[in-house]
Amino acid sequence: MTKYILKRFLGMIPTLLIITTVAFIIMRIAPGGPFDRERAIPPAVQANIEAKYHLDEPLIKQYFRYLGGIIRGDFGPSYKYKDQTVTDLISNSLPHSLLLGTLALMAATFFGVLAGIIAALNQNTWLDYTAMSIAVFGVSVPAFVIGPVLMLIFAMKLKILPTSGWITGPDGWKTVLMPLIALSMSYFASIARLSRSSVLEVIRSDYVRTAKAKGLSPTMIILKHVLKGAMLPVVSYLGIAYSGIITGSVVIEQIFRIPGLGRFFVQSSLNRDYTMIMGVIIVYSTVVILMNFLVDILYSFLDPRISYQ
Amino acid sequence: MENKTILEVKDLKTYFRTDAGIVKAVDGVSFRLDKGETLGLVGESGSGKSVTNMSIMKLIPMPPGKIVGGEVLLDGVDILKLNEKEMSRIRGNRISMIFQDPMTALNPYLRISTQLIETIRLHQGLDKAEARKKAIEMLKLVGIPAAERRIDAYPHQFSGGMRQRVMIAIALSCNPEILIADEPTTALDVTIQAQILDLIKDLSEKLETAVIMITHDLGVVAGMCDNVCVMYAGRIVERAPVDDLFESPKHPYTNGLIQSIPRLDEKGSGRLFSIDGQPPNVIDLPECCPFHPRCEKAMDVCTRKYPPVVSLEGKREVACWLYEENK
Ligand SMILES: Nc1ncnc2c1ncn2[C@@H]1O[C@H](COP(=O)(O)OP(=O)(O)O)[C@@H](O)[C@H]1O
Ligand code: SF4
Ligand SMILES: [Mg+2]
Repeated sequence: MTKYILKRFLGMIPTLLIITTVAFIIMRIAPGGPFDRERAIPPAVQANIEAKYHLDEPLIKQYFRYLGGIIRGDFGPSYKYKDQTVTDLISNSLPHSLLLGTLALMAATFFGVLAGIIAALNQNTWLDYTAMSIAVFGVSVPAFVIGPVLMLIFAMKLKILPTSGWITGPDGWKTVLMPLIALSMSYFASIARLSRSSVLEVIRSDYVRTAKAKGLSPTMIILKHVLKGAMLPVVSYLGIAYSGIITGSVVIEQIFRIPGLGRFFVQSSLNRDYTMIMGVIIVYSTVVILMNFLVDILYSFLDPRISYQ
Repeated sequence: MENKTILEVKDLKTYFRTDAGIVKAVDGVSFRLDKGETLGLVGESGSGKSVTNMSIMKLIPMPPGKIVGGEVLLDGVDILKLNEKEMSRIRGNRISMIFQDPMTALNPYLRISTQLIETIRLHQGLDKAEARKKAIEMLKLVGIPAAERRIDAYPHQFSGGMRQRVMIAIALSCNPEILIADEPTTALDVTIQAQILDLIKDLSEKLETAVIMITHDLGVVAGMCDNVCVMYAGRIVERAPVDDLFESPKHPYTNGLIQSIPRLDEKGSGRLFSIDGQPPNVIDLPECCPFHPRCEKAMDVCTRKYPPVVSLEGKREVACWLYEENK
C-alpha cells in the first residue's frame, strides 16, 4: 500500500513537468511581451529591462533558470506588480481560493450524497421529485448567474447577508455563504444525481438481494451493504468536481471580490505577466493533480478489488 | 424419520404489473415439503421457479410484483401474513437461500468474515468472538482450506466454486429448516458443479435441512432429489418421486424434458432432442393448457380449458387432460 501511494505520488512529477514546459513554450510563442507599450521606449531602456528579467538570454537557458527557481519555490518576480514576487502573490491569495474551493467541494459532496440517497430510497415520491428538480436546476444554471441572483435577493432585497467582504469581521462566516452556494450548486446537483442512480443500481444488485435473504434490516442493508458500493462512483467524480470548482472559482472570486488566486488568472493574462501566468497555471495544475491523487488513494481504500501493484 | 411437513405452499399466485400487461409469473402453485426432504423444482427458464421461491421469502420487488393469493405455511403458520420484522427473523434463520451467480451474490466490498459473522450474530445473538469461531467452523464444514486465514479475504480472492461454498456456509450458518437453492450450479464449471451438488447433499443430510433445489437441468434432479415438481408457465404440471418420474413421465412436457437430457451412454445418435416451440408468454394467457401449442398429444379440450390436477398411484399428480376421465 505504502509503495503504491509512493509510486502514484512520484507519478505526478512528469505530468507537472510537461504542463510547465508546455505553458512555458506557449507563453513565449504568443505575440507581444510584458514590456511592449503603445509608445516606443528607447532601445537602451528596453535592453536594460530585458536584461534585468533575463529575457535577453537564450530560451533554453531561461527555461532551466525558471525550472530551477520552481524547485526552490521561487516563481520569479512579477512583471506587473513590481516589488512583489510571484511566490508572495500566490501564497497570499491561494489560501482564500483553497478555502472556498474545499468548502464548496465538501458542501457539494455532503448535501449531494444526502439528497441522492434520500431520493433513491424514496424513488418516485415527492421527495425524489423535489430533490431531482433542484438538481436539474443546479446543473442547468451556471454559477455566474446564481451568484448575482443570490446577491440580489439576500444582500440587496432581504439584507440578511453582506454584499461584499471576505471572512473578516464578526460575521465573517456570512460572507462565505453566497460564494459557497454559487460555486457548489452545480456540483451538488451532479453528485445528487450520481448518488441517486448509483444507490438505485446497488439496491437492485444481487448482493443486496443476498443481504435481504439473510434477514438484515433495511437500515443495516443501507448502511453496511449499499453505501460503500454506491459511493465509489461519487468518489471517482470528486477529482473532476474539484477541477471544475477551482476553475469556477475564478468567476466567483470576481463576482464576490474575494482576494483569491482567481483574480490573477485573467488580469495577469491581460498584462502578459509571464511569470505570474506561469505561476498561476502551475499552482492550479498542482492542486488539481494532487486532488486526483488523493481521490485515487481514497478509492483504492474503498474498493478491495483494486490491486496495489 | 417421520414425514412431518415443514412447508406447505397452497395456491400461491404472484403477478407482476408491467407495461405489456399483467405477468402471471406464478399462478396457483401448491406443493409440500417434508422435514429433511430434497424437493426438485424443474422447468424451463421463465417458468416461475425463482418467483415462487422469492415469494416464499417475501422478497418479490413490490411494485411491480404482488403476491395476489395463496398461503405459505411454515410449520403451520402462514408466513405471507407476517410483517417485515417477523419475516426478517425467518429469512436466513429458518429459511435460507443460495443463488445462481456466486460472483455477484456476495458483496465485493466486504470481507467474507463480515458477511458471515453478521448473519450469525443477527440470528444467534453470539458475541463477536463466538460468531467468528462459528464462522470459521462453517467455512471448514463447506471445505474451504485454511479457513482461519481465508475468512478475512474478500470475495474476489476466491474462485467461483469457492464463493458458492461461502454462500452455502452463510446459508447454513444458522441451521435453517429449509434451504432454497436457486440454480446453485448453473453459473459454475461442469467439474465444480458436481462438487457443489455433493456438498449440498451431504450437508443437508448431516444438518437435516430440507432443500428446495431449483434447476432447469433434470440431470441435477436425478442425483439429488427425493421428489420433483415440474413447472410450466407459472404452474406445477407434474409431481412425482424422482425415480418414478424418470421411469414413466406422465405429462407430455416432462417426457420432452427427459428426452432432451444428453446421455453419455447413447453414443452418436446425432441431434439432441429438444422440445419444439417457445415457452408461452404468461401475459394474458387465455384459458387453455399452456403447453398445447407444443404438445404432440394435444386435443380439442386442451385449447379450451386448463386441465385439472389428477392424482395418480404412488403419490403422483399430473395436470393434463390425457389423465382425466370425464373431460
Ligand atoms: N421484477 C419482475 N418484473 C416483471 N416480470 C418479472 C419480474 N421478475 C420475474 N418476472 C417474470 O416472471 C416470470 C417467471 O420468472 P422466473 O421465476 O425468474 O423464472 P425462472 O423459472 O427462470 O426462475 C418471467 O416471465 C419473468 O419475466
Ligand atoms: S393437457 Fe393437452 S395439451 Fe396439455 S399437456 Fe396434456 S395433452 Fe398436451
Ligand atoms: Mg430463475
